[in-house]
Amino acid sequence: MLRKLRHELFSTPGDGVLSLGLLSLLVLALVGFLRWAFHQAEWAVIQANSTLFAVGRYPLDQQWRLWLLTTLLVGAAGLSWGLLRAHPRSDREGVLWPRNDRVAAAVLVVLALWLPFALRLHPGIQARWWGLAALLLALRWLAGRHGRQLPSKLLRLVPLIWPATYIIGMVLISGGLGMAKVPPSEWGGLLLTLLAASFAILLCFPLGVLLALGRRSELPLLRWASVVYIEFIRGAPLITLLFLGQNILGFLLPGGLAPERIWRAAWVLTFFAAAYLAEAVRSGLAAVPAGQVEAARSLGLSYPQALQQVILPQALRVALPSMVGQFISLLQDTTLLSLIGLLELLGVARTVMANPEFLGKNAEVYLTLAVLFWCCCAALGLGSRALERRLDPQTIPSR
Amino acid sequence: MVLPSPPSAPDGAPPWWRDRRVVPWVVQAVVGLVVLFLIAFLLGNLVRNLTAAGLLLTWRWLSQPAGFDLAETIVPFDAGMPYWRGLLAGLANTLRAVVCGLVGATLLGTLAGMAAFSSNGLLRGLARIYVEVIRNIPLLLQLVFWYFVVFLALPNGAAALQLPGVVLAKSGLYLAGLAEGLRWQLPQLVNGVWQAPLRLSVEFAALLTGLIIYSGAFIAEVVRGGIAAVPKGQWEAAASLGLGWFTTLKQVVLPQALRVIVPGLNTQYISLAKNSSLAVAVGFSDLYSVAETTLNQTGRAVEVYLILLGAYLGLDLLISALMNGLNRLVQIRER
Repeated sequence: MLRKLRHELFSTPGDGVLSLGLLSLLVLALVGFLRWAFHQAEWAVIQANSTLFAVGRYPLDQQWRLWLLTTLLVGAAGLSWGLLRAHPRSDREGVLWPRNDRVAAAVLVVLALWLPFALRLHPGIQARWWGLAALLLALRWLAGRHGRQLPSKLLRLVPLIWPATYIIGMVLISGGLGMAKVPPSEWGGLLLTLLAASFAILLCFPLGVLLALGRRSELPLLRWASVVYIEFIRGAPLITLLFLGQNILGFLLPGGLAPERIWRAAWVLTFFAAAYLAEAVRSGLAAVPAGQVEAARSLGLSYPQALQQVILPQALRVALPSMVGQFISLLQDTTLLSLIGLLELLGVARTVMANPEFLGKNAEVYLTLAVLFWCCCAALGLGSRALERRLDPQTIPSR
Repeated sequence: MVLPSPPSAPDGAPPWWRDRRVVPWVVQAVVGLVVLFLIAFLLGNLVRNLTAAGLLLTWRWLSQPAGFDLAETIVPFDAGMPYWRGLLAGLANTLRAVVCGLVGATLLGTLAGMAAFSSNGLLRGLARIYVEVIRNIPLLLQLVFWYFVVFLALPNGAAALQLPGVVLAKSGLYLAGLAEGLRWQLPQLVNGVWQAPLRLSVEFAALLTGLIIYSGAFIAEVVRGGIAAVPKGQWEAAASLGLGWFTTLKQVVLPQALRVIVPGLNTQYISLAKNSSLAVAVGFSDLYSVAETTLNQTGRAVEVYLILLGAYLGLDLLISALMNGLNRLVQIRER
């Protein structure tokens, strides 16, 4: 250990000087930051506004719907997690709690215990978060333990709980079906950020694949239409497209047909991301050897069949890292909605800091948002790498 | 030889919907019709709605006096000048931010990308942390952080942050430079106000810092990927010739890495140019922010949008053309 450290840091005199300089700078920065965080920073601005950051101005008496949705999401996550581990895999036979899972569970427990306390949430709400964490881990344990005994017909239906949860979630958030309607103008904060990002990610995917196929098509009209669309979108900054959505969409559609401002922005995000996703998918398609298409066609598959069974699975696996990269930047791009006056996370932050009580608390608020975004994006990146390993043909057990 | 065959032949010629000579044309005709119909529908609505609002396309408003002022410009502009001069001043500001950003981000990104191959573990780790932290935080958040938290918190007057030749104050960034009479002049405090040959506003400084640090992280990844693409044997060969780390990198590895790096840089440069439109969040009068003000005053949404689109497309094409030229220069010419 010590020898390795010496080799890494002090192998030559020049390296040694550099290491000492960097180390002292690091220590100084860390001490300065910790002193600020514990002595000068006033975190009350976060504690007092945590609900605002989470859901914006969502009506208080309707917030049980969001709790219900969170419970559903947590349940679906726990179930899927457990079943994934229960599923036999050659390299992980019989290991129900691999090391990654134990780390994840520990982090979860610590977060669930510490965060509600640090945010000074109402004791009842703290208990709810503890309950949710317990539910997640319990379902993970149960599904991991007994998942294998379930009939395989039932197992095949499990992935469907995610689209179902999404649709139920949309209904729960917006109302209808006997529940009071909550207009989109009252959604905000993290809720709006995640909603806009997930909506755009889900819809830009099929659109992007179609565009990529169009761009590689042999039919000139399809190819040119795709190229013009992709290059038009990629040539303009997102903010100008959002501007188009807010100011010009009303002119482009017959009177009164233009959707709510939030939906306009979400659609613009979708169309924007589709062009970038198309380029990622196109690079994946280019990586599939031409012989694959020819082989599939000579086996008698029609072109759509060959596409669905042979080409797209390979192309999407290759394109996965850059696609997730696009999703991550899409999540980050939702902050631009604050520039057109929508109250997503950054927009809420601005209204909070305009409150005279919390004037000048920029550092605390922006730092919190940065940590939040960093965690979301880093989690997406980690998930992508795990999925890549899982889809790698060398680790998939041969049947 | 073509055999005439009835369409209902049991074998031989397929029915027309499976004929490879017919299907592509049918598909194209359908797509073409749908696209044409969509365009006609949207344009028809646009013309109808604009006529109803009395906003039919015209460019005459461009020569009316703007009536707003811009905080800082490099082409002279004041409220009495026409709108087109304002938009031009905005474009000049955008160009200034993009050019300075490109230079800074390239320097920072190259250094950070090279640091990822340092023999010093600490430096490697720091380069990694820099890239991972910056890439996972939205640029807009970083920009407002630099502006509101760092630059607006700077002290003014004598308490300002002073480095040799550079003074950082809340009122701006003051740089040493050539004053009249071609003499080198340092920033100096005159009656509590800093004076220097070169002054950048804090808005510009915040925008530039944010853009450079954000794009630098992406460029670092491009540079790292390019260097990693050079075979390890090249390093070892250079080391066995007695070249040091830096000389190896500069003389042997980078020239080979450049042909991988340059296409990646093109993408990053274009996104930097587009990202400069976020200047509106820190109050710097770039093209987008002038366009927004213009729209609010004139209501000419479509025209303003066309100008914006044209300007940014032109900027992207310009960068692409320059980088393609550079790409041809760095490609290895074999005989």
